[in-house]
Amino acid sequence: MTELASSTTRQAGPAPFADKLRFYGIWIAAAVALVVLPMIFSSGGSLTTFSLIGISIIFALSYNILLGQTGLLSFGHAVYYGLGGFLALHGMNLIISREWPIPLPFVPLIGGLFGLIFAMILGWVSTKRAGTVFAMISLGVGELVASSALILRSFFGGEAGITTNRTDLPPFFGYTFGPQIQIYYLIAFWVLVCTIAMYALTRTPLGRICNAVRDNPERVEFIGYSPHVVRYLAFCFAGFFAGIAGSLAAINFEIANSAYLGIVQSGVVLFATFIGGVAYFFGPILGAIFVTYLQLGLTDLTAVWQLYFGVIFIGIVMFAPGGIAGLIMMHRPLYRAGTLSMIMPAYLVALLPTLALACGVILLIETVSRYLVHAGDDTTLHLLGIPFDTSQPLTWAITAVLLIGGFYVARMTWRGIAAAWDRAATAARDKGYAA
Amino acid sequence: MLSDDAIQRKCGDHVLELIVISTLNGVLFGMLLFLLSSGLTIIFSMLGVLNFAHASFYMLGAFFGFQITKWIGFWPALIIAPLLVGAIGMAVERYGLRNTHKHGHVAELLLTFGLAYVIEEMVQLVWGKGPMDFRVPAALDFPAFTIFSTNYPAYKMFMLLVSVAIFIVLLVVLKRTRIGLIVQAALTHPHMVGHLGHNVGQIFMLVFGVGSALAAVAGVIAGPALVTQSDMALLLGPILFVVVVVGGLGSLPGAFFASLLIGLVQTFAVSMNGSLASLFGPLDPGIGPSLLTDVWNVTIAQIAPILPYVLLVLILIVRPMGLMGTRET
Repeated sequence: MTELASSTTRQAGPAPFADKLRFYGIWIAAAVALVVLPMIFSSGGSLTTFSLIGISIIFALSYNILLGQTGLLSFGHAVYYGLGGFLALHGMNLIISREWPIPLPFVPLIGGLFGLIFAMILGWVSTKRAGTVFAMISLGVGELVASSALILRSFFGGEAGITTNRTDLPPFFGYTFGPQIQIYYLIAFWVLVCTIAMYALTRTPLGRICNAVRDNPERVEFIGYSPHVVRYLAFCFAGFFAGIAGSLAAINFEIANSAYLGIVQSGVVLFATFIGGVAYFFGPILGAIFVTYLQLGLTDLTAVWQLYFGVIFIGIVMFAPGGIAGLIMMHRPLYRAGTLSMIMPAYLVALLPTLALACGVILLIETVSRYLVHAGDDTTLHLLGIPFDTSQPLTWAITAVLLIGGFYVARMTWRGIAAAWDRAATAARDKGYAA
Repeated sequence: MLSDDAIQRKCGDHVLELIVISTLNGVLFGMLLFLLSSGLTIIFSMLGVLNFAHASFYMLGAFFGFQITKWIGFWPALIIAPLLVGAIGMAVERYGLRNTHKHGHVAELLLTFGLAYVIEEMVQLVWGKGPMDFRVPAALDFPAFTIFSTNYPAYKMFMLLVSVAIFIVLLVVLKRTRIGLIVQAALTHPHMVGHLGHNVGQIFMLVFGVGSALAAVAGVIAGPALVTQSDMALLLGPILFVVVVVGGLGSLPGAFFASLLIGLVQTFAVSMNGSLASLFGPLDPGIGPSLLTDVWNVTIAQIAPILPYVLLVLILIVRPMGLMGTRET
C-alpha cells in the first residue's frame, strides 16, 4: 500500500496534462484494442473465447467490489449472476412474445436490475457481519437459491434450463445479433461501460469508505458511518454488475440453467479474481483472462484441468497472495529506480529448475491420470512433444527426478531470488523509491 | 374386512413407526454430523479459520476406508484410515495454514477452499466419479431388531454406538485430562498458554490432526451406509457449515444441538410427503404451470435439502450469534 500512496503523491505534483493524457490514454487504448481484436483474430473460436473472457471480466470485477474493495469473501456471488441471466432470458422471451420494441443491447440492463433487486433483498441479512460469518452466510444463501432453482421448475426449467432465440428480438439499427461477431461487439461495449463504471465507483466517496470498512470497520463506525450500510451498498453494486455479466452470458449461450447459480460458478469467479489479484483494480481483469483462457485451453489438453486449477490457486494463496497483479506491481518501484536488472540474473537462474519442477508436477498428474483412469486405453502421453509411456517404470523415474530434484534445486535458486530482491529493493529505497 | 377401529389403529401404528424410525435415523445422522462439526468447531475456535476442507477429510476417510477394506478388512480400516487422514491434516496445518497465517484469515479460508477443490479432483483422479462398492462388513450385516414391520440394520446401531462413544471420549478428554485443559485454555488465550511454556504450535497441529481424524472416522463408518462418491464432500460440506453457524461459531454444545436438530429436521422432512396441494386440495387445473403450481405441489420431502439453509437464514435474522454462541463474529 505504501507504494500506492507514494506514487499518488508524486502524481499530484507537476505535469497534470501528461498524467491526464496517460489516464485517458489507457481507456482509449482499451477501447481501440476491443474494436481491433476481432479483426486480428477473426476465427469463430477466438471470437467465442473473447466473448467469454469479456463476460468473465465483468463478473470478476463485480466480485472484486466485494472481496478486494470491501473485504467481503463471498462463496455465493454466482446467485446474482445466475438470477440476472435467468431474468434476462425471461425478459427476452417476454419481449419476443409481447413484441415490445426493446432491442438486444438493452437486455443486460434487465439482468443488472434484477441482480440489484435480489442483492437488495438478500444482501441486508448477509452483510450484517463481515469475515467468516459473511462467507458462511453467502455460502448458505447460495445453496438455498441453487437448490430452490431445482424445485421451482416452471421458472428455472429444472436441470435442462430455459432457452431463447436472441435473433427474434427487434433489430437494433439493422443488426439482428445472430452472428458471433455482433455478440462480441455487444459484449465488448458492455465490458467497457461496466469497467469504466466500476473504476469510477472506486474513486467515489462510497468506494473510499468501502476500503475503510475493509481495513478498519470499528474506526469507520467512530467517524459516523455504519459499516453494515456500506457493506450493503457495495453488495448491491456487486449484484448489479454480476447481473449484467449473467445476462450477457445468457445472451451469448441463449440458455440459462441451474449451473449458472451454483457453488461451482461462485468458485470459478473467486479463483479468477484472487489469481488475478484483489489489491489492484486491473487484477481481476488479468485473472478473468487467465482463468478463462486456461479453462478453454486446458479442457482440450487434459482431462484433469480442474486439478491444475486448484493447484495454481493454492500456489497463489500460499506464495503470492497479491495474485498476478501483485507480482507485477511488486516490480514497479524497482523498474522506476532502474534496479530491475539486478534481479534478472537470479530470475534466469531460477527459470530452468522451476520449469523442471513444473514439468515434474504435470508429468505426475498426467501419469497418474493415465495410469488409473484410462488404464485400458492409450498409455502414452505427450509432453512438450516427447512421448512418455506411463506403463514404463522409466517414466515414473523421470517424474520422481524432476519432482524431487527440481524442488531442491529450485528452492536454492528461489533463495537466490530473495537475496537479489533484497539488494535491488535496498538500492531502490536509497534512490527514494519505496519498495 | 377390517373394522374402522382396526384401520385407525393401523394408521396410528404406521405414524408411530414413522416417528420412531425417523427419530432413530435423525439422531444417527445428527451424531454423524456432530463427529464432523465438533472437529470443525474446535479447529475454528483455536485457529480462527473455518476449515473448508473438513468435509473433504470426511470424504478421504470414506475412500481410504473403502480401499483398506478391500485390501485388509473393515476393522483395520476403521483404525488406519483415520490415522492416515489425521497425518494429512497435521501436514496441512504445519506446512499450509501456518505459512499462510501471516496473510490473514481470508487467505487461510481460501487455502482450505482450494484444498477442498484439489482433494475432490484427486479423489476423482484415483477412484473415478462413480459410486464405490463399499459394503457393510459381514459381521454387522443383519437386522438388529424389528420395530413394527421395519428391520433396523445392526450396522446403523453400530454407527450410532461409535459416534456416541467418540462423543463421550471427546467430552472426557476435554473436561477431565490435562491435555484437554491446555486445549481449552488455548482456545481463548493462546498467548497466555504459550507464555506458560506450552508449545502452542504443536497443540494446534495436534488438534487439527485429531479433528481431521474424527472426520475420517465419520467417513469410514458412513461410507457403507451412505454413498461413497467423489461428490460426498460437496454435498455434506455446506450443511456442516450451517450446523456450525446455527450452533454458534466456536460453541461445542451449540454444535451438538445444532447437529441433532438438523439431523432430525432433515430425516423427518425426507419421510414426509405432504404438500400444500395435499393439505388444501389441488389447484384448479385451468391454471397453467407457474411459480404458484410449483410451490403448491412441492412436497416436504422435496424441500428437505433446502431446509438447513432456510434454518440458517432464520437463525441469522432472529439470533445472529447462533443458538449457543457467545461472540458476534
